[in-house]
Amino acid sequence: MAVLEILVYPDPRLKQISKPVTQFDGPLRSFVQDLEETLRAGPGGVGIAAPQVGRFERIIIVDVSSKPKIKHHGRLVLINPEILSQEGSAVGREGCLSVPEYTGNVARSKFITLRAQDEFGKPLEFNMERYEARAVQHEMDHLDGLLLLDRLVSRRDLFRRQTQEATAPKTKTS
Amino acid sequence: MKKWYMLTLVGQDRSGIVAQITRALYEGECNLGEASMVRLGGNFTVMLMVQFAGNEKALDDLIGPTCRSFDLRHHVDAIEGELLHHMEPDVRITVYGADRSGIIAEATGVLAEKGFNILNLESDVGGTTQNPIYVMTIEGIAEQGIEVLEEALQKLSREKGLETQLEPIDTLIG
Repeated sequence: MAVLEILVYPDPRLKQISKPVTQFDGPLRSFVQDLEETLRAGPGGVGIAAPQVGRFERIIIVDVSSKPKIKHHGRLVLINPEILSQEGSAVGREGCLSVPEYTGNVARSKFITLRAQDEFGKPLEFNMERYEARAVQHEMDHLDGLLLLDRLVSRRDLFRRQTQEATAPKTKTS
Repeated sequence: MKKWYMLTLVGQDRSGIVAQITRALYEGECNLGEASMVRLGGNFTVMLMVQFAGNEKALDDLIGPTCRSFDLRHHVDAIEGELLHHMEPDVRITVYGADRSGIIAEATGVLAEKGFNILNLESDVGGTTQNPIYVMTIEGIAEQGIEVLEEALQKLSREKGLETQLEPIDTLIG
């Protein structure tokens, strides 16, 4: 196991598009272990994507279980992840291991249905919401060469979005 | 050895202010740091960190001609400044209501009592001339925790007829 070096913007490699994984073998699983060790080595990180360590394959790890009072699926190794459906939008603050000393507000879908494979190639499907869904969307962006810097919204948008949400008609269940 | 200055500019808003001021600073071998530039009530306002080898007078002389051509008032202060030392807000508060005198003083007064450190405050007046509304968003650090702030804001809502929202900011690092 090894802690890998994290690429930091403006490294142009972070803008590269990653390729799907086709071989679910020992070397893949050993890379996944290293990727996880790299994630755990940093303070407070809840996800990491393979291109952040210079491997341009569609592999992400997400684990938001350290956050209190949220719904989550624990530690997830997600290979070739694909969002099948998404709903709602919320603005939240994000930082990135590849963009140190910067945080910004980013709009993400609140609910997603995700299909992926585990490190043995077994198909997975999850319904995710809010924080965990945000983490997955952040990491999946890395696979397409996108950073939070590509998705910033202003604070003024933040208030508009909140009030829109607050005044949106509620569905009643009687 | 270059020193940091805070340059403050105010004047009637016109297009080209930012471009020409920053061009003059660039040609005068200044390095620019963090900035806040915003139009307030028809005035364009700039607070800009400027790193410069000369003294206050020399910086003043450098931008004097551009300021005069735009009819801008300006002010230069030597500051202790550093980049890449951000503080992360952990709470976002929105306060709004029918505009009247005292809203900011009342809201920030109770928040300060409960250990709230403001990092960023933006406010705006919307609505109509007859019925203006005041809208304020504040980001900061809840040094004594969020619960005491929530209680203080609820009391403020009840007693002062203001709408308040508090939302924790849990910055996602991925």
